[in-house]
Amino acid sequence: MSSTASTITALAASLRDGSSSPRELLAQTLAHIDATNTRTHAYLRTTRELAERQADAAARTLRANPESAPPMCGIPVALKDVLCVDGVETTASSRVLGGFTPPYTGTAVQRLFDAGAVCVGKTNCDEFAMGSSNENSAFGPVGNPWDVERVPGGSSGGSAASVAAGDVPCALGSDTGGSIRQPASLCGVVGFKPTYGRVSRYGLIAFASSLDQIGPFARSVEDAAIVYSTIAGHDPRDSTSDPRAVDDPLLRLRDGVAGMRLGVPKEYFGMGIDPGVREAVEAALRVLEGLGATLHHVSLPSTEVGLSTYYIIAPAECSSNLARYDGVRFGLRVEHPALIDMYLRTRDQGFGPEVKRRVMLGTYALSSGYYDAYYRKAQKVRTLIADEFTRVFADVDALVSPTSPTAAFPMGDRDDPISMYMCDVVTLPVNLAGLPGISVPCGFAGGLPVGLQVIAPRFEDSRVFRVAHAYEQATEWHRARSPLAEAAA
Amino acid sequence: MTQTAETPAIAALERYEAVIGLEVHAQLLTVSKMFCGCSAAYTDAAPNDNTCPVCLGLPGVLPVINRQAIEYTVRTALALECEIPEFTKFDRKNYFYPDLPKGYQISQYDTPLSRNGRIEFPVGGETVRCGITRVHLEEDTGTMHHAGDVLQSATQSFVDFNRSGVPLMEIVGEPDLRTAEHAREYLVRLRQLLMYIGVNDGNLEKGSFRCDANISLRSREAAELGTKVEVKNMNSFRAVHRALESEIERQAAVLDSGAVIQQETRGWVETRGRTVSQRSKEYAHDYRYFPEPDLPPLRLDSAFVERVRASLPELPPARARRFVDQYGLNAYDASVLTSTREDADTYEELVRLGVAAKLAANWLMGDVAALANEHRLGLRDSGLGIAGLSRLLGLLDSARINGPTAKELLTELYVRGGDPEAIVLERGLGQVSDETELEALVDAAIAANPVAATDFRGGKQQALGQLMRHVKEATGGRADMPLVNRLLRERLSR
Repeated sequence: MSSTASTITALAASLRDGSSSPRELLAQTLAHIDATNTRTHAYLRTTRELAERQADAAARTLRANPESAPPMCGIPVALKDVLCVDGVETTASSRVLGGFTPPYTGTAVQRLFDAGAVCVGKTNCDEFAMGSSNENSAFGPVGNPWDVERVPGGSSGGSAASVAAGDVPCALGSDTGGSIRQPASLCGVVGFKPTYGRVSRYGLIAFASSLDQIGPFARSVEDAAIVYSTIAGHDPRDSTSDPRAVDDPLLRLRDGVAGMRLGVPKEYFGMGIDPGVREAVEAALRVLEGLGATLHHVSLPSTEVGLSTYYIIAPAECSSNLARYDGVRFGLRVEHPALIDMYLRTRDQGFGPEVKRRVMLGTYALSSGYYDAYYRKAQKVRTLIADEFTRVFADVDALVSPTSPTAAFPMGDRDDPISMYMCDVVTLPVNLAGLPGISVPCGFAGGLPVGLQVIAPRFEDSRVFRVAHAYEQATEWHRARSPLAEAAA
Repeated sequence: MTQTAETPAIAALERYEAVIGLEVHAQLLTVSKMFCGCSAAYTDAAPNDNTCPVCLGLPGVLPVINRQAIEYTVRTALALECEIPEFTKFDRKNYFYPDLPKGYQISQYDTPLSRNGRIEFPVGGETVRCGITRVHLEEDTGTMHHAGDVLQSATQSFVDFNRSGVPLMEIVGEPDLRTAEHAREYLVRLRQLLMYIGVNDGNLEKGSFRCDANISLRSREAAELGTKVEVKNMNSFRAVHRALESEIERQAAVLDSGAVIQQETRGWVETRGRTVSQRSKEYAHDYRYFPEPDLPPLRLDSAFVERVRASLPELPPARARRFVDQYGLNAYDASVLTSTREDADTYEELVRLGVAAKLAANWLMGDVAALANEHRLGLRDSGLGIAGLSRLLGLLDSARINGPTAKELLTELYVRGGDPEAIVLERGLGQVSDETELEALVDAAIAANPVAATDFRGGKQQALGQLMRHVKEATGGRADMPLVNRLLRERLSR
């Protein structure tokens, strides 16, 4: 069986019934990447040697314990280039980290490796995960497998595109304001952002610490749940990771939505939503109704200030998180005899325009005399937004909405920052409140994929999967293959 | 201690009042660093060996709070009578410097671990009381080594991150100090306290206990404070004293001339004996403090605080007072004997082993202190040990040996150890206190020194010394000298 167009569950079965092996799967995957990457540029580098070692180890595990081996054993995965892997160059798509090779592997990635996953490469993304189109990568943009002239979304555009192009059944991304869900929506795959604190951030190159969360891309909700349950759980190395036990999302995955109360936030259907997207999402709501859920109109009035709140808090944290890229210890250094000039030149040549913009925004927001007006006020609004979700969730079990107001747009189409920031208007409140959210394919607008977002209260990650799975299984959208995947298969 | 010589600073303080507040940075004696598992004892490692991705600030790493460091800071705060709020959090202090790997220091800004404490200590005859604004916790930086003099003119600079992330406690004092002498005594007492409670090793030269001062002058009539200057680079008590005296003198001269004091940071230059401007106010950093998003806020419940309080040892001032009450010592002796926790423990152990309180005090402060200093070896770790000294002093107290013999034995056995009683028996060092035997020796001394005997009878008291030496030598130094003294007087008065 080819890794192309297949799911983790199907591949896991083929690895156990002898119809495939981790090495075969790896070879097919790398050949597939060779065929697609010239069009998508989803990969910054493949990791053949590491993958071969891991595939051989997985093969031994599968031979010894075919039944008890984890479902991820022998499964190829791609990792967004903000995730540190011992001995593998990790750049966050930034020149400032050119040549940086971490001496350690992050927790979430290590958990995947411990479960036998095979790392095939590091995927392209917006520089330091800042962007919604993957056009901010220092190493060039990523083409959307549905139309390579269009963006795949961002910032985890490479991971989304790789899954959509049929390279790998799953990949990891990171989501700070929508960076998993929005590209999943634009590429027609499943993308899940866990509850803040569910997946360790140790080893994730930080953009905005209080918002960042690692999560999976996959071709089915069940696969996303499998990857999530592999990487989730408390990590003593991350003090913001939650110590409570993770409930297995697969246990109640098939319980359906009959009797569930689903909220439809009216604000999430405004804000420049494309008519085709609206149509697809409204059809999806009717499907959920048909499955026995009841729909309830709800209001999240603070949504309109979410964007400005986010664009104070995230840049503030980023301005501090990115201070370590100073040319002293690793990555790029532009030499100059004077220390201050070494700093200035390194950071000027090392960072791209969007990163500089956010570092400056954040530095300003935290500056003496402006802190109260910006950062402190933004934190208060953030609390209001979280409280608003809590109130709404007293009445409904989950929220359903579009993931992105539009489908994939042409590269170069959004050249002003504000219109680009609008891409995340219905995903970033979820990060501000620390909630779990998923994007699941729900149709097409103008031939391009549209995603349905499902949001649940904190730590109700399993409920997100359950609603998304019920919807997915009632429709055929997730079986649709991108033209690039079809061509390469 | 009183100042004998009238320095220019002292003279200036007749016209102006100095207002001094000290900030102390003390490294904590924890096993590991503040936010990672590397050793907090960094000085013996080769450069950059005592590091890990966390204290090197590599991309993607996260800090984890060292619980022992929290406990040590609370311990200090309680010893300084601070309040411990239930809520505390860490903040980021943002600035660029090559020894600061993350580009920010994890510190505490508006919610320190503790506030509103105090410390009292005597200076001269008066008791000085200094408020403690706050005690908070942060991480130390790495260290820089320049090929050349300073960073600005160095041809090459090297950074060593072995110290990066070592727990650092900042103790901010209120501006309650008025003289350089106050400042020095404050530091002496604070250092003593930190060492007493086992949180810091008090090494100023190696920088595990560091001090910055804020100092301003105002005319004796003024109510409002003058412009303050921050003084850095003082790495001994003497340097603090000299730097502040010099700064008082400098500021007084500026004010005398009618000029104004510039708000700035000045560094003490030992070799030049004066402070030198380092950074003026316009170049002051905006540290852009904000809550550390990688660390959730801490809630210190009262049970934890009370457990730490219960674990505090008796602190030096209280212990000294008890030594006066319990052992009948004078205040000076009690203060000397409680100056370190080890000394005070040694004293009390000696007394528990049966040595008379005053005798133990005299010997510890005299001959034992001298030997400990000479050999750089405390009694506790010496060959003789506390038990050995108690046996030796027991022989003296029961008059089985005399004072000079005890002293000789102490010197001989201090390092190599041995059983004093066995040596006394073996060498026949036992005191000669048999009256009949001594009377014969006294008679012999008088017969051998007729002039001295006549002189004494004629009222010359000093003449007795020659006669006593004679008896002492005749017994090989073992005679019970107070008894010899009595016998000689009796004999000569007949």
